[in-house]
Amino acid sequence: MKNGVCGSMESNDCLITVEPSDKTEIIIESIVYDFYGMQIREVIIDTLNELNIDDVRVFCIDRGALDYTIKARVKVAVERMRAR
Amino acid sequence: MKNILNRFVPAGFTPYRGLIDRNNLRPRLKRRPAVNTGDKLIDSVSDIFDRLKISDGMTLSFHHHLRAGDRVMNIIMREIKRRNLKNLTLAPSSLFPNHELLSELIIAGCVSKIYTDYLNGPFASVIGAGKMNDLLIMDTHGGRSYAIESGDIDIDVAFIAVPAATVCGDGNGYTGPSACGSLGYTISDMLYARRKVVVTDNIVPAVKTKEIRKEYIDYVLSVDSIGIPKKIASGTTRITNDPVGLLIADNAVRALAATGVIKNGFSFQTGAGGISLAVADYLKKYMSLNNITASFASGGITEYIVSMHEAGLVSDLYDVQCFDLAAVNSIGKNKRHHAISAARYASLSEDNIADKLDVVILGATEVDTAFNVNVTTASDGLIIGGSGGHADTANGAAITVIVTPLLKTRLPIVKERVTTITTPGCDVDIVVTERGIAVNPLRVDLSEKLKSSGLPLMTIQELHDKAVAIAGRPQQPPHGKKPIGIVRYRDLSVVDVIYSLKE
Amino acid sequence: MIRSCLFVPAHNPGMLQTADLFDADAVIFDLEDAVSYEEKDAARSLLVEFLKNFKIDIKVIVRINNNPLWFYHDVAAIATERLDAVLLPKADSESLKKALSLLIRFEKERHLPKKISLIPLLETATAIMNAEELLARPRIGGVMLGAEDFTADMGIERTKSGTEILYPRMKIALVARAFHIIAIDTPFTDINDEAGLIKDATAARTLGMSAKAAIHPRQISHINRIFAPSAAQIERAQRILKKSADTAGVFSLDGKMIDQPIIERARKTVEKAKRYKLI
Repeated sequence: MKNGVCGSMESNDCLITVEPSDKTEIIIESIVYDFYGMQIREVIIDTLNELNIDDVRVFCIDRGALDYTIKARVKVAVERMRAR
Repeated sequence: MKNILNRFVPAGFTPYRGLIDRNNLRPRLKRRPAVNTGDKLIDSVSDIFDRLKISDGMTLSFHHHLRAGDRVMNIIMREIKRRNLKNLTLAPSSLFPNHELLSELIIAGCVSKIYTDYLNGPFASVIGAGKMNDLLIMDTHGGRSYAIESGDIDIDVAFIAVPAATVCGDGNGYTGPSACGSLGYTISDMLYARRKVVVTDNIVPAVKTKEIRKEYIDYVLSVDSIGIPKKIASGTTRITNDPVGLLIADNAVRALAATGVIKNGFSFQTGAGGISLAVADYLKKYMSLNNITASFASGGITEYIVSMHEAGLVSDLYDVQCFDLAAVNSIGKNKRHHAISAARYASLSEDNIADKLDVVILGATEVDTAFNVNVTTASDGLIIGGSGGHADTANGAAITVIVTPLLKTRLPIVKERVTTITTPGCDVDIVVTERGIAVNPLRVDLSEKLKSSGLPLMTIQELHDKAVAIAGRPQQPPHGKKPIGIVRYRDLSVVDVIYSLKE
Repeated sequence: MIRSCLFVPAHNPGMLQTADLFDADAVIFDLEDAVSYEEKDAARSLLVEFLKNFKIDIKVIVRINNNPLWFYHDVAAIATERLDAVLLPKADSESLKKALSLLIRFEKERHLPKKISLIPLLETATAIMNAEELLARPRIGGVMLGAEDFTADMGIERTKSGTEILYPRMKIALVARAFHIIAIDTPFTDINDEAGLIKDATAARTLGMSAKAAIHPRQISHINRIFAPSAAQIERAQRILKKSADTAGVFSLDGKMIDQPIIERARKTVEKAKRYKLI
């Protein structure tokens, strides 16, 4: 399956997996879901919009990553998916 | 009704009012010597339950000096389960994850009320789900002692795990396969409970130091093992080696040095968390360099404090709990390493040590912009701890320093409002994080001294803003609405309520 | 004007976020040796987003990859107003030229407010030999010695005593002084040997190195202390400046002759002391 993975499950990081999909789907599992779940979703959506893509499924396993980390991991996961 | 911290207090409880009224303390009960004057040695738990007629609705107490290696409370809980007793109140001084049988007992209605000072384990979610019939009452270590001695906690049977005991009930915790050092938390139980049972795995002909005294002991229950040695007091205390934690500790000692409190004859206590231990280590270096000797250190004693004592930097140690083997060994051999009771440590009705402290270093799970500190619940409302000696020493010490990272895996530790108040803000003086230090505005004296220290001072609001700038503003997760527990202060007034977890 | 610079691996968010806490005068975000081949793209992207969104108040240096796979993309990604200097590993004439031209290009295209400087990392025999030629170029703000790779190149053993790098240290310190740029000493790699670090840093300082790289926060306070003017030096410098304010020309202080170069040095010392908040 043509997917792209970036990041890790270390503290302060997140593991992002993206794969092609009919429409944008975002699945988040986070140790701080109750507090930042919505914000994580927003950052992922904003990043996808910036990259102009609307046809990926994004899995995010979060270990307390800040916004900039989520954004960077999503960007590179998409690049890696495209490169395959 | 609401107390002065603006927290709800259920009907029938006294709200926290700030200043402790030391002229109106609760009178002490008369001490209760043993009732059984005959043979005391028993080897069957069931026999004890029969002889003491342990039945529905009674209150049973335990101490936590065996920590996560404790077997005694589990032995008693298994017997409770076997007999299907109902509506018991348990008063363990603390609860650890190895007490997991408690979950079952709560759900089955065997246990309907708990008094404790610290609670960590799977049963926290059972209690959080509202499965216990009555409220959980969380006290401070000093408060528990005060409550027992005044009859607020009325103990029918105290089970006292003793690592070395005679057949008559004299004993101490210094020797034996389950040696744990000081037995400070059980002394009030021993003196004031209606019936007392020593539980031991090590009968000895005599003990030199009698922390437990036969005059107060009704029975001695001999069992195979009272604890798992390596889980009692070893390897639990390690200085953090995280550079951020070390930075916080370093800043804390610099701040204390700037206030001028570190001088010959001063007294201090540090918590046993990784950062607090690093503070002890940096304090040791500072005191060595400047030829300063402390008059005493108190609290839960660790190898770092013992090493300061043995290096001649601290004259006396007042030990209410030995956290590691070094402390256990020291208390047995160092003449000025004294075991003290919880009452002597922190009870308002005694000339207590906590009130004499110059400095205390404590941790936090949350701090808010009014300097209130939470060490009872995590941010989702799950009970993960409790005051222990936190609120006692914060109130008693002349300077209270909270050491904490600004954020823990993204979550700001400094918030607008803590989930649960354990220690009221007026007892908290300085908050030290890696990105700044805040002094309680009530302490103009400390602010003045710290101004020229070169340390990054800022308001608590600024610390909070920094945290939010880094992590983003967290959502407020929904909490349950049902009160399932209360947090009591040193004087047994109610500081806050613990609510059920979200559905 | 720096005493210490802390290497921080760019692929690790936890370390990026705490890089500014440890009182280093500069941070070197490392895209090169700290990052595996498979993670070069991820580290670069993470560093870019970090620098964009995290406001830190410290000099920012980035060690790029001197490798055709990543060289261009690294410089293109990091050339922003937040960047103070590029640390160029395995520096040689050609790569310096390339780096310089890329920086000039991006500064122009992106209208960057300041000139990004270059710090060559000299880690081969050839580089040390050609130090004068390499460092006599525009934009060179400093030079660093890379002793691990240098000794590997020389086929000699790298030791704690550092005798084997005596000459490179002296040469670099000399050339750096002649060109008025900072000379940054190689890191001391045993993070548990505090005494060894102090000895090593002192040796470097004695030879004229003006700063030292650190690979762990706990090394920084020692490095800062050793590479800063001492309390005695600061006090003397202040006295020199005070007297020179009232006295024209050459004068004597403590039995020593004080002329213009010494007054200048005193001025620099006091400036450093103020910068490092020692006065």
